[in-house]
Amino acid sequence: MDDDASGFDPRRFVSAMTRAGHNGALGIRYVAHGEDWAELALDYDPRMIGDPASGVIASGPILTLMDMATSMGIWIRSRRFRAQATLDLRVDYLRPATPERTVIGRGQCYRITRSVAFIRGQAHDGNPDDPIAHVAGTYMFIDAGQ
Amino acid sequence: MIALPPYADLLGLRIDGADDGAPVLLMPFHDDVIGRPGFLHGGAIGGLLEMAAIAALQCAFSDGDRPRIKPITVTVDYMRGGRDHETRAVGAITRLGNRIANIEATAWQDDRARPIAVARMNILLVR
Repeated sequence: MDDDASGFDPRRFVSAMTRAGHNGALGIRYVAHGEDWAELALDYDPRMIGDPASGVIASGPILTLMDMATSMGIWIRSRRFRAQATLDLRVDYLRPATPERTVIGRGQCYRITRSVAFIRGQAHDGNPDDPIAHVAGTYMFIDAGQ
Repeated sequence: MIALPPYADLLGLRIDGADDGAPVLLMPFHDDVIGRPGFLHGGAIGGLLEMAAIAALQCAFSDGDRPRIKPITVTVDYMRGGRDHETRAVGAITRLGNRIANIEATAWQDDRARPIAVARMNILLVR
């Protein structure tokens, strides 16, 4: 599933998107994808700690991971990159991420209209049945007609 | 006074004055917070807003009396693209209960009256 007829290669795209910038600073990397979803990984890094007493990472890096994973879900479903802006993103933090563990985020695009994409996703740190976060949100396409 | 965690250093945050008792956090525009070229990453904006909300909450307690803070939910509304300027954010406590705090944080660039994003955060206080 590395490539499809459209030429949009999610693995290569994530690699390019994470070479620099905020995704790169967090070290986000590709894991897997399907028809309308992508799974990305966020490795534990002491620079992401939000609570020094426990070593638990801040919630912000998980928000970034899920923003990127759900955006990938949109582009995979669309079979191309489209410039888009986040309208809103809601994150439920179900439990703290376990220190030292890699966080896996799966983002899915479950509906696309002319202007808006609707997304949902979950993050876990080893066991998908024991998630650490749940997200829902919307993105607006910048190139959509008025 | 409060100490910011390592994640705040990753975002490049520093405290830039106070607003109604809550610290104003300043995030310079730098490579580590960029999304698409020329714009802030939505995740970095969200992370800044969460840091501002938590900092506002920590300032509501004295040093010996500070509970553990556990984020339960965050909802971020993005109003404008974050351009290549410095960004400020501050949190305002809507309600401070015994177990739950409701906080709203606002981020802006040149004009405070034109926020780029607003987050509402519900936080569990553990004593």
